[in-house]
Amino acid sequence: MNFLELIWLIPLIPLLGAVLMALFGARLSKPLIGLLCPGAVGLSFVLSLGAVVQLAGLPERHHEVRLFEWLPWAKADFGFWLDPLSSVMILVVTGIGFLIHVYATGYMAHEHGPRHGGFYRFFGYLNLFVFFMLVLVLANNYALLFVGWEGVGLCSYLLIGFYYHKKSAGDAGKKAFIVNRIGDAGFILGMFLLFQVCGSLRFTDVNEALAHQAVETAGFGILSAAALLLFTGATGKSAQVPLFVWLPDAMEGPTPVSALIHAATMVTAGVYMLARASALFRLTPETSAIVAGVGAFTAILAASIGLVQNDIKRVLAYSTVSQLGFMFMAAGVGAYWVAVFHLYTHAFFKALLFLGAGSVIHAVSGEQDMRRMGGLKDKIPVTFRTMLIGSLAIAGIPGLAGFFSKDEILWQAWSSPIGSKLVWAVGIITALMTAFYMFRLMFMTFYGEPRMDEHVRRHIHESPPAMTIPLMVLAAGSIVAGWTGVPKALLSGGFFQGFEHWLAPVFEHGHEAAAEAHHNVATEYLLMALSVMVALTGIYIARRIYLQRKESERPTGGAIYPVLLNKWYVDELYDFLFVNGLSKGGGTLMSRFDQRIVDGGVNGAGWMTRTFSRVTMFWDQWVVDGLVNLSAYVVKSLSYPVRFVQSGFLHSYALMFVFGLLVIIGYYWTR
Amino acid sequence: MPILSIILFTPLLGFLGVLLIPGSKKRVIKIWANLAAFAGFLVSLRLTEWFDKSHPGFQFVERASWIPSLGVQYLLGIDGISFLLIMLTTLIGFIAVLCSWSAIDERVKEYYAMLFLLQCGMLGVFMALDFFLFYLFWEVVLVPMYFLIGIWGGPRKLYAALKFFLYTMAGSVLMLLGIFTLYFQYFHQFGRYTFEISELMRLTLPLGIERWVFWAFFIGFAIKVPMFPFHTWLPDAHTEAPTAGSVILAAVLLKMGTYGFIRFSLPLLPQASIDHTIVTILAVLSLIGILYGALVSLMQQDWKKLVAYSSVSHLGFCTLGIFSLNHAGLAGSVIQQVNHGISTGMLFLIVGVIYERRHTREISEYGGLAHIMPQFAFVFAFAMLSSAGLPLLNGFVGEFTILQGAFAASKVWGAFAVLGIIFGAAYLLWLYQRTMLGEVTNEKNRGLRDLTPREWAVFLPLMAWAVWIGVYPKPYFDILDKPVTQIVERVHGKTQPVEASLTEVAR
Repeated sequence: MNFLELIWLIPLIPLLGAVLMALFGARLSKPLIGLLCPGAVGLSFVLSLGAVVQLAGLPERHHEVRLFEWLPWAKADFGFWLDPLSSVMILVVTGIGFLIHVYATGYMAHEHGPRHGGFYRFFGYLNLFVFFMLVLVLANNYALLFVGWEGVGLCSYLLIGFYYHKKSAGDAGKKAFIVNRIGDAGFILGMFLLFQVCGSLRFTDVNEALAHQAVETAGFGILSAAALLLFTGATGKSAQVPLFVWLPDAMEGPTPVSALIHAATMVTAGVYMLARASALFRLTPETSAIVAGVGAFTAILAASIGLVQNDIKRVLAYSTVSQLGFMFMAAGVGAYWVAVFHLYTHAFFKALLFLGAGSVIHAVSGEQDMRRMGGLKDKIPVTFRTMLIGSLAIAGIPGLAGFFSKDEILWQAWSSPIGSKLVWAVGIITALMTAFYMFRLMFMTFYGEPRMDEHVRRHIHESPPAMTIPLMVLAAGSIVAGWTGVPKALLSGGFFQGFEHWLAPVFEHGHEAAAEAHHNVATEYLLMALSVMVALTGIYIARRIYLQRKESERPTGGAIYPVLLNKWYVDELYDFLFVNGLSKGGGTLMSRFDQRIVDGGVNGAGWMTRTFSRVTMFWDQWVVDGLVNLSAYVVKSLSYPVRFVQSGFLHSYALMFVFGLLVIIGYYWTR
Repeated sequence: MPILSIILFTPLLGFLGVLLIPGSKKRVIKIWANLAAFAGFLVSLRLTEWFDKSHPGFQFVERASWIPSLGVQYLLGIDGISFLLIMLTTLIGFIAVLCSWSAIDERVKEYYAMLFLLQCGMLGVFMALDFFLFYLFWEVVLVPMYFLIGIWGGPRKLYAALKFFLYTMAGSVLMLLGIFTLYFQYFHQFGRYTFEISELMRLTLPLGIERWVFWAFFIGFAIKVPMFPFHTWLPDAHTEAPTAGSVILAAVLLKMGTYGFIRFSLPLLPQASIDHTIVTILAVLSLIGILYGALVSLMQQDWKKLVAYSSVSHLGFCTLGIFSLNHAGLAGSVIQQVNHGISTGMLFLIVGVIYERRHTREISEYGGLAHIMPQFAFVFAFAMLSSAGLPLLNGFVGEFTILQGAFAASKVWGAFAVLGIIFGAAYLLWLYQRTMLGEVTNEKNRGLRDLTPREWAVFLPLMAWAVWIGVYPKPYFDILDKPVTQIVERVHGKTQPVEASLTEVAR
């Protein structure tokens, strides 16, 4: 079977699932839905696996399937492009997507109400999301990528607002959509600039056209502008400064959604897009520096907020923002394969952590505040153990997935020719914070005294297998996924650098970075040791504060605490400036202007016409008509004597007629 | 076969039929009206078969002398641009009739008679190739619309109807002056009178006169579109009109203005159309329309008025595309005109559905309707997304293409116009949230009936069309390729008008 020719089926199957749910979902039973929708994604995974295996056998390592023309002027087809980069993405999306679908059959099983409380609606949206996500990563041109890009945004909107009777859920969904649209506006303009330079939006055409362009070193030119605008799009989708504000609110959605969309897949679309456009970013070192800077700043900002949050999902949400910052750091210093590598490892452990958090929430009857958890370690052991693995992985403990990818990012930030020691320093501080907030989460949730009320405590239970099995699979992934990208200083060999080699054809644009020349093994060991120490220190501090001290003895954090708790007041600032100021204030002002001035002008013209016509009428009645009447009066007066004759009586006329006749006859008679 | 005349006069047949049925037999009138309107749509489907998209000139040309002494002809013909608008008109015409089944119960006979008359007028506008004939149809449209708003409208119907009539009338009068200028200039240069458009294209006018004529046309067309600041008749007319009236107003009537720009202003006055000052003014007015319309929409308390103001914003995209004066801008503009007909048509139909049930348009009266009317919520979401330009639905294809055209013309225009898509999402999502999401706050809304099969029949064709344009827009680009290329070349002075003259296709 030729899987490569069938790659268009990979997105299509989940779409069919979604259509099925839209048409018949309300009439299908829960178990059947639970079979169909995860099954669709599972089937896509099998097809993806087959296609990737066959791709590996191709000498040129890419394959294109074009279905039909879509936007002819942009040379944008409905066409799919499988290369090493998209192969990683489709495996992540369908693989982890499948696990999360399975998990969701357990997690959402308790939805009650009409039409299973929206059970089918949930899975329909989820399948639709997978469709759009696969279109995004398989597209062979920017316009189709944008289709997926907007589509996942829509599904994100629908799923964040899944519990639409809650106002907060509706608000969060709307916020996510609109903030993303701001980024999209940049993305669109970036595409147009790119189109202007390259005359096409197909990746292959664009890359070929860019291959003839010189690096834009002398200032900020059209390529830099295009790159920066594309990056603006990425900041929206991937929740980077300044457009990161929607992601924490997005936690209003059901937890599987947070895991799939707002951790493992959709939010990484920005990183994918940057990697896809690497040919452009290579030519624009200034923009790359901005990318690295924004990534680093986002990483540390989000991590700092994550330090003090008490909602278990919000901690993870800020952690996601922070980790995405790491990915942009890597992309910004030119290490695209490392960015994708971290994307891939992060997908495992962050999906795991979110699903674990979902399992915890499930166990404590929907509570999300960690201050009302505690002591869950022995009551939900599977969740605890798998989450511990995830936490160790994200903290960067050697041997687990996160260690390899994060350490590679830090090393690249340090050693890359366009890297910077400052970016590295921010990264290492963020790594310290990461280890701290993750273990703060672990200690507050699983250790210490149980702080939930009696009723909740009696109901604590481990989740069903549909939920725990995906957790275990993801935990296994969090351990082994990193071994395909081991630092060359430690182990070298085909498998251990497999990830880099697999992706190499995508990022070779004739501008090969000379990173190898700077390879200093001693420094690399030193930095590695340092980052491990930092991780351990973070865990140690968290342990000192949250495990060994009572709540009253913990340091309060002083003046910085409320600032962090309130997320640096960014939401308040944006509300003031953009929501209430620009949009509502501007809208109100414009509405008044429209009513009073513009329409006032129209009504004024109407009023003037009426007034004028009133004057005219007056003139007409008294002057013009007056003249008429006057003339009539004159005629009337003059005719006064004649009136006696004009009596209107027939007999008097007859009399006069006879009389006249007699006069005439008399006249002739007498002559 | 004079297919254009057949399409044009099928509604008149419907009109005559309605007149023959006694007014007391409402049901018979309704059945007849639906059948006749459907027949009007079916007849126009023949065009899709016969239309030749590789043909460069006008097709299906029908010519007959009418008033020879004045050079007035009965001259019909279509190209790709008018073809798409005619298809939109016939479909919307049918949908407008279908959606009135239970909404209108007073003076049923007169109502459908007016709808048919209106339909005939609109079709004539898109088919006429003789300026006199065009003007005739252009004015014919006003009368039935005036009565539709004034008789079957909402509480402030008289104000709205009068405003609509006088405002657009004022514009047409100025346009008429422009037409006469061209008419006499032609006599001056060629020694005979004609209103034929392809003949008038042979005129060579001094820039000064072209400018004056351009502004005269501009007033006529800009009021119809409507462009900022001539738009204030629209919220009133849309809001007060009955549902079918709003749908036709938004979907078709406004397109008469944009069509006028494309068919007359650009090809007849190429020098003025490319004049830097004029183009800048028009583009800036379009941009203001886009952003201003969206911002004003955001703060409306009236569901229907919000949709009406969104039209100002969307039509801003259409005029911006036209005055980008390049292929993408123009093609995108025509596609977006069709799209606006579909999306905004649906949005007005949605307001109509809910108005029929609750008789109020106040947004604050609603909330949580998704719990009560899930199918309605789905259709509304669909219409909202199509209007907001979500990819794979129609709105995106038009907007994206226009934006590219505008961007190619000027980066600043592109940058401002793209903000429109942000606000576009904002007002629609907020409207959706306030009406459909959340808990049911108003007890009166409990127990509202979900969509009926007839209402589904109204929405389904539009939804299908929206998906078609969104997923496979290539046929539309192909149809528009020839006429748009011609107009662009004409404006940029690359072709002589003679080449673009009429060539008849034997059928």
